Amino acid sequence: MGMRSELAAQFTQMLLVLALAPALTGATRKVKARLQRRIGPPVLQPYRDLRRLCGKDVVLAENSSWLFRAAPYLIFAATWAAAALVPTFQTGLPFSWAGDLIAIVALLGAARFIQAVAALDTGTSFGGIGASRELMIASLAEPAMIMVVFTVALVAGSTQLSTIATFMLDKGGLRVSLAMALVALIIVALAENARIPFDNPSTHLEVTMVHEAMLLEYSGRHLAMLELAASLKLLLYISIIACIFFPFGLITGGTGLQAHAISLAAYLLKVIAASVLLATLETVIAKMRVFRVPNLLGIALMLGLLGTLLLFVSGGM
Amino acid sequence: MPMVLACITGLLVVSVLSLALLRHRTATPLVYGACLVISLALCAAALLSIGQASSQAVLPLGLPWLGAHFRLDPLACAFLAIVNFGAASASLYALGYGRHEKEPGRVLPFYPAFLAAMNLVVVADDAYSFLFTWEFMSLTSWALVMTRHRTAKTGYAGFVYLIMASFGTFALLFAFGLLAGAHGDYAFDAIRAHHLASGMAGLALLLAVVGAGSKAGLVPLHVWLPLAHPAAPSHVSALMSGVMTKVAIYAFIRIAFDLMGDPSWWWSLPALVLGGTTAALGVLYALMETDLKRVLAYSTIENVGIIFIAAGLALAFKASGLAGAAALALTAALFHALNHMLFKSTLFFGAGAVIVATGEQDIERLGGLIHRMPLSSGAFLAASMAISALPPFNGFASEWLLFHSILVSPQLPQMGLKLLVPAVGVLLALAAALAAACFVRAFGATYLGRPRTAAAAQAREADRWSLAAMLICATLCLLAGLFPGFVIDWLQPAVTALVTGHMPPQAGIPWLSIVPVSASRSSYNGLLLFSFMAASAGLAAVVVHRFASRTVRKAPFWDCGYPRPGILAQYSATSLAQPIRRVFGAITFAAHEQVEMPPPGDLRQARLRRFLRDPVWEFMYAPVASAVGTSATVLNRVQFLTIRRYLSLVFITLVILLVVLALWG
Repeated sequence: MGMRSELAAQFTQMLLVLALAPALTGATRKVKARLQRRIGPPVLQPYRDLRRLCGKDVVLAENSSWLFRAAPYLIFAATWAAAALVPTFQTGLPFSWAGDLIAIVALLGAARFIQAVAALDTGTSFGGIGASRELMIASLAEPAMIMVVFTVALVAGSTQLSTIATFMLDKGGLRVSLAMALVALIIVALAENARIPFDNPSTHLEVTMVHEAMLLEYSGRHLAMLELAASLKLLLYISIIACIFFPFGLITGGTGLQAHAISLAAYLLKVIAASVLLATLETVIAKMRVFRVPNLLGIALMLGLLGTLLLFVSGGM
Repeated sequence: MPMVLACITGLLVVSVLSLALLRHRTATPLVYGACLVISLALCAAALLSIGQASSQAVLPLGLPWLGAHFRLDPLACAFLAIVNFGAASASLYALGYGRHEKEPGRVLPFYPAFLAAMNLVVVADDAYSFLFTWEFMSLTSWALVMTRHRTAKTGYAGFVYLIMASFGTFALLFAFGLLAGAHGDYAFDAIRAHHLASGMAGLALLLAVVGAGSKAGLVPLHVWLPLAHPAAPSHVSALMSGVMTKVAIYAFIRIAFDLMGDPSWWWSLPALVLGGTTAALGVLYALMETDLKRVLAYSTIENVGIIFIAAGLALAFKASGLAGAAALALTAALFHALNHMLFKSTLFFGAGAVIVATGEQDIERLGGLIHRMPLSSGAFLAASMAISALPPFNGFASEWLLFHSILVSPQLPQMGLKLLVPAVGVLLALAAALAAACFVRAFGATYLGRPRTAAAAQAREADRWSLAAMLICATLCLLAGLFPGFVIDWLQPAVTALVTGHMPPQAGIPWLSIVPVSASRSSYNGLLLFSFMAASAGLAAVVVHRFASRTVRKAPFWDCGYPRPGILAQYSATSLAQPIRRVFGAITFAAHEQVEMPPPGDLRQARLRRFLRDPVWEFMYAPVASAVGTSATVLNRVQFLTIRRYLSLVFITLVILLVVLALWG
């Protein structure tokens, strides 16, 4: 395959995740509403929200600094860079060699760092409460994610998502350590995306807020960028899970419009399935008290460590 | 080699000359200017000569039958570059910062001597010169710690530092004694040729870990570090944290990889276990602290732990003959040592600027400085992101290499290591995540929000020299993260000399990516990621501003509809750490909180008190200190006896010794 078509596929992939992310949020909200016997907003509502927010004035707190204004764009850029590294319908694209899974985790960490710092910028109590809780959750979720990365990397012999996906397609099978990694990864994904049971994306109740509390001072186009980044992050985690554990339909080298259409359809199906599952999960379980969150994340960390240990003891790569 | 020795002599001469200049107003700029020039020359020499064959020199100093041996080999060059770049940036910073010193006479003579001592340790090539210069380094740095000797805290810090430094040197003395053997020669060449029995080697290694680790700040030998480093003036703090701990790490690497010969696998255990504990505990300590410079000192402890983990892994790989993996881990160690020098210097410079501007170093009494000190806050932010191992900065590149060396360790044949290394990996990942929390807290409480005191509200930006030093170091943090391949390639001669293997040459890899083992396994391209992020952030901003809205309205902050104007209503650093203190501190520090509520009708304020215990101090040092105290009280009586009793004491001692001698024979 020529360089040009690879680059074309790369740009398609980058723009695809960007375009698809709000729809994923919308679809999840819709399914959740239907499960609760509400009609719910249309699936395309997040796009309208984004457009409306972009058109509004920004109301800045008087004592906010340049950091507060730059943060939304930086967070968006870091999240998008991470999302662009994940293969969605095709592996081995040029940009995917710029970083591996560890780099993706670290890019999301950079986005979170900037988010937490920006939340402290106005000097309000809600920004602080959100940042402090987010950092506590991250201090457990990030090591758990690294352990998941270790497990997967030891199985596949690589931390590069493209190589991992190709390996899983060819030689992947049922393994105890991979099952542990999957459970751990799902817990981490829920925590990182501020979903139930860690955080409720649709509440502004002060005792429960984590992620939303950090965004309270944002308005207008800044809020739009942050909402878009949050949607992108959700799609990113779903793409990672799909790419590692359910890589069916990924193109690993073949060409042709038909192959691309099939793999694209497979990817969309996976995303829809994930959104239905997520909505179902959020409907059947309740949110946890903040200080019970470490227990669940500790389980994820232990599962990741056990998976890694099993592979270390059995020889690994 | 002659040029390096001449430069070091130059530093010593500057130190002596500064005594004559003390009364003069130009003393400060002259001394720091001279140090800057000499350090830059040394740094350039080290940068250029790392790939060359090692050169030696013997001077007729020290022990008459030994002489003073000096040697410049690739490892020494790598550390010389680290030491002297740190020294140069600290001198540049001090050109501005040093003017605020009230008693320059307490800093100026010792500062060049301290720099010379650190250089001499790195080039020393026999045990006598090594230990002599090591002790010289301890004493000059002690003198610098005691600069502000009138505060009680400084006196205590100096006392603890002196005890721990002597203890460390003592351990190193025995380590070299064992390495040289009973009749051995103390030149390093002779020590290399001398092979130890397995048990003796283990003991020597343990002593080296204790000796070098106490200077580097390995838990549980770290207690002096968070006391002494912050007590010194800020440019000296930067040197002690960023550079002197590296000299200690150099000592460990020199002994374990070079002098001791072929390692056994279990040599890696102390470094791995202590390194992992140090990394996680160091950053937890930092999160509990509210003194800005002490936060930075504790974070130094964390980073020393990370470097020791990497060095321990390299030892394990070397022992099992995995040369490539050993090269990867050792490169990670050296790279992280370099990176830590860069960002920790920036952070201490920033802290120094804050202290000069406000007179406060408690982060609970700062805040809002980003408006008053925009440039230095930018440098501090960049260094904070770098030390939190976030791309595209340099801290991520070195920790990324370290994660990859953990990923190749299933190849190790020993079951013990297979079980240990993943656990160390968890500690490392925890340390990285907690470091991000720690620096969000440190940066946020210091520079963001609203000023908590009048002093913070009146702060002024640092002078030009200080700013230049901060910005240069922060820029280098970014550059080393964008082009890590050049640094890795530059370090390879030192790595190859110690573990025989080397990493794949990074210069030939397209697009300036870096590759730890092979391209199919993993690659990282900081430059590409950075360009993508910069482009997409810029593009997003342009598109939104062009096609949507660009108006901004200023208003009071919203705070979910309940804006409380009081300054203390904003989150404090202590409350920022509260969730983490509850999750991690409950076990490690027995942290708990207590609410004291006055009875109804009583108008006193309610109080929330928090309790923390330092387990290391309580279980290791406090018993020893109280034992020494008790025995001193008991023995004190001996001081006031009559001469008759003293004579009888002498007589009894003599008899006991004779009996012992008789029984011995």
